[in-house]
Amino acid sequence: MTPFLYERAADGRAALSSGARAGASFLGGGTNLVDLMRETIARPTLLVDVTGLFREIEDHGEGGLKVGAGAKNTAVASDSRVRQRFPLLSQAILAGASAQIRNMATVGGNVLQRTRCAYFYDHAARCNKRKPGAGCDAIGGFNRAHAILGASPSCVATHPSDMCVALVALDATVSVEGGNGARELPLADLHRLPGETPEIETELRHGELITAVTLRPNAFAARSSYRKVRDRASYAFALVSVAAALELDGNRIKDARLALGGVAHKPWRAHAAEAALRGRAASEAAFAEAAEAELSSAEGLRHNAFKIDLAKRVIVDSFVKLASKEELRR
Amino acid sequence: MQFLINGVEVEADVDVRTSVLDLVRDHLGLPGAKKGCNQGACGACTVLVDGERINSCLALAVQYQGRSITTIEGLGSSESLHPLQQAFVEHDGFQCGYCTPGQICSAVGMAAEVERGVPSYVTVDLQAEVIELDHDELRERMSGNLCRCGAYNGIVDAIHETFGGQGASRTARAVGKETAR
Repeated sequence: MTPFLYERAADGRAALSSGARAGASFLGGGTNLVDLMRETIARPTLLVDVTGLFREIEDHGEGGLKVGAGAKNTAVASDSRVRQRFPLLSQAILAGASAQIRNMATVGGNVLQRTRCAYFYDHAARCNKRKPGAGCDAIGGFNRAHAILGASPSCVATHPSDMCVALVALDATVSVEGGNGARELPLADLHRLPGETPEIETELRHGELITAVTLRPNAFAARSSYRKVRDRASYAFALVSVAAALELDGNRIKDARLALGGVAHKPWRAHAAEAALRGRAASEAAFAEAAEAELSSAEGLRHNAFKIDLAKRVIVDSFVKLASKEELRR
Repeated sequence: MQFLINGVEVEADVDVRTSVLDLVRDHLGLPGAKKGCNQGACGACTVLVDGERINSCLALAVQYQGRSITTIEGLGSSESLHPLQQAFVEHDGFQCGYCTPGQICSAVGMAAEVERGVPSYVTVDLQAEVIELDHDELRERMSGNLCRCGAYNGIVDAIHETFGGQGASRTARAVGKETAR
């Protein structure tokens, strides 16, 4: 770990003032950043600890919630309002990491964890994310865990968050504060696809701080599920994860939500599939067509092409079970 | 920097790069918590902070100033084993023993989570206020602690006997008091 200064921010203003300095990084639970610092991949010269700030989970409007960015993952997943109104979010958070890490990790830190793969950590390997322009050893290497959607010749890593997959499915927005004032943007627009600059992962500018994630009311609580397929039953990143939600009017699909994890550089909102479902009768055939529509642009690498069929099958199975309200066995 | 370690106020002058794990092991002479992977993957370093389990290898000590940290040394001693330590002995819950302090601290934290009604990924009814610590719940909740000897069956039995079923709430409360000592 390279040397750094540590500062505990007393309030939001102090955090923004310190966070704007060159070389500064905000520190949440540290479960990703401290690890990256130990590997000397992240080398901040100043850590601004914001874990004491923005911890509340508050009602927002009629049936919505404003989740402070400093709230711990465990606190959000356990919150009775989250469990009742947005069970998809609880499930997704609980599918991620381990209990120890969820006790440490904050919402803001979960959103801003690095999109990464094993080559990103390996100083002996080429990685455009770690060293822009160096090349990518994952593309011709062992790429079972890598992206099938939205990847580029520069980077095929995936964003590992489960929480974010549920949040983009739920149309969550993030509140951001910085030197130039406050702004609010959809979480789906926060993360970037790799393109030719995979080292730039979000639209945040230096010194900007996520202060909250806002969830607006919806009618999906009765029919939503987060399914995660991985190489072991627990405590592993997703090969494919599926956040799905249905709003039915009789057998007609009034609205549908779908987002995928483990498949792209960012949490993947499946707009094509949703559009294919709205207004149609709920049926396995309709769900299969929607899955085909979403995955039509998917491209497999040497070891991960199985993810394309896997994603389609998990999508179809999730929607079939949601439509019939059959018990999901996760 | 000041900490409350196993109920004792401690002052330590350490570099900001020091993890909670290195603080207790290298600076305070408490070698119970183990350094397995040093990257949050194995759980051997699990300690309790204000009663909640964390990976001490990923925790910068500077961030935990003023907090109450409990290591395995604060849960029991060779003269007076914690009930879960005794159960690990009786159920053959370890072979080499390297993961054991982390397993035990983690299980104590887990029991408190169940007591507080924290759900898990396998909790079928997210609205349930009371969660029964059955076999599936226990294994899912302990997945952050790896055992390379593969003593999982004994570990599960020991934890289940101590915290499982009807006894869960009572034992968790008793342990909570003990931890807060």
